[in-house]
Amino acid sequence: MDGEAISRAITRIAHEILETNKGAGNLAFVGIVTRGATLAETLASKVGGIEGAEVPVGTLDISFYRDDLATRLSPEVHRTDIPFDVEGRDVVLVDDVLFTGRTIRSAMDALMDYGRPRSIQLAVLVDRGHRELPIRADYVGKNVPSSAKERVKVYFESTDGRDAVEILEAAEGGGQ
Amino acid sequence: MLSTRHIIDVEDLTLEDLMQILDTAESFKEVNERRIKKLPTLRGRTIVNLFLEPSTRTRTSFEIAAKRLSADGINFAASASATVKGESLVDTAETLSAMACDLVIVRHKYAGSPRMLAEHMDAHIINGGDGMHQHPTQALLDLFTMRERLGHLEGLTVGIVGDIAHSRVAGSLVPALRMVGARPIVIGPPTLMPARPDILGAEVSYTLDDVLPELDVAYMLRIQMERAEGQPFPSVREYSRLWGMNEARLSAMKPDAIVMHPGPMNRGVEISSAVADSPRAVVLDQVNAGVAVRMAAMYLLLGGDASGAAA
Repeated sequence: MDGEAISRAITRIAHEILETNKGAGNLAFVGIVTRGATLAETLASKVGGIEGAEVPVGTLDISFYRDDLATRLSPEVHRTDIPFDVEGRDVVLVDDVLFTGRTIRSAMDALMDYGRPRSIQLAVLVDRGHRELPIRADYVGKNVPSSAKERVKVYFESTDGRDAVEILEAAEGGGQ
Repeated sequence: MLSTRHIIDVEDLTLEDLMQILDTAESFKEVNERRIKKLPTLRGRTIVNLFLEPSTRTRTSFEIAAKRLSADGINFAASASATVKGESLVDTAETLSAMACDLVIVRHKYAGSPRMLAEHMDAHIINGGDGMHQHPTQALLDLFTMRERLGHLEGLTVGIVGDIAHSRVAGSLVPALRMVGARPIVIGPPTLMPARPDILGAEVSYTLDDVLPELDVAYMLRIQMERAEGQPFPSVREYSRLWGMNEARLSAMKPDAIVMHPGPMNRGVEISSAVADSPRAVVLDQVNAGVAVRMAAMYLLLGGDASGAAA
């Protein structure tokens, strides 16, 4: 995917979110660090632009909720910042790549510790398959069939200097 | 993940370890501000508080930290334990080891006992204060508070005032400050200085008033009546007049300088009540940071553990 394809996908997702939720009134976005957070910002400003309203955005670090903590430690823990009350809101979780679903499981647990949202929806730029948990995305930028050994990498202008989605030949470990 | 299995001396940590603990603690501090102050992170891990010397605040702080990480915390207090029945420390260690504990926080009146425990146990050890030697998590929470209030650590001038000879707080804080590039000065009467203050690695001053204007932090140590042998100063009143922090001394310091104290405070001795309650005293920030820093130390010692070679 190049920059234009990404931008079109995000615009389409923004419209889908508004259609499903019948407006932005009760919406909030929560991005999973680090690239999900960038994507959440972009989505929120798109949705806000269409509706002419400010939509709250938060960021979530799931390091403390991982299920593989016993064998793996996140090298760097980022700050979680949810500057709004999640109680009763329709929260759209945002991540760049949906893979095993384990990150999303952790993110839902983390989010629940802040309160009881009315609903949690999931938006991802890329769904690459290989789910290990019964989790699916509500909004998908692009389905990218990939081998479990490959890596799918998302780049954003603001953090990486360009917008792109690339499939890389796997080094070891797999990852996203 | 840290480069060490245990935190017994500050010197067990590399600068990178130390900064990683402080940075991770920032995230845990956010958790402590939530309505639901609990994470599932260390579920199923067992943490033993082996406190063989009286302590309320440090033990409580470790206990809260363990609970907020969902670890199972067990208190093993001196008065209730087998030690009063004459069990040796090594036997206690081996007993705890046989019960498969993951982490032991140990406080003991003799320096070096945490190191000895580490040699007889598979568990990770955090030193919660050993005799007159070290109290590393205190130094970590102090650095956290300084960085939070003053924005940086490098280049800070920190005066540690009082009973340097008997203080394990100073024993950990001086090397920790040196690691992060700060400038420690130990300040106190010669009778409360160790025999060779010059080998501490800090500058030494025998008057408080001379160095006050240089300080970014005045760290007031508690006068430990229980550890002072003989009579190191003529009277508490004289100590307070020469070495105590009061409003006049506070105004002689830089306008943004802060006053710290490891607690519990002797109001009217090393710190006046007016200063203790002023916004420039950060004593409660230190207590608050203590929980976050200890959560970070536990998380970083126990996380990634099962991958084997944890060294």
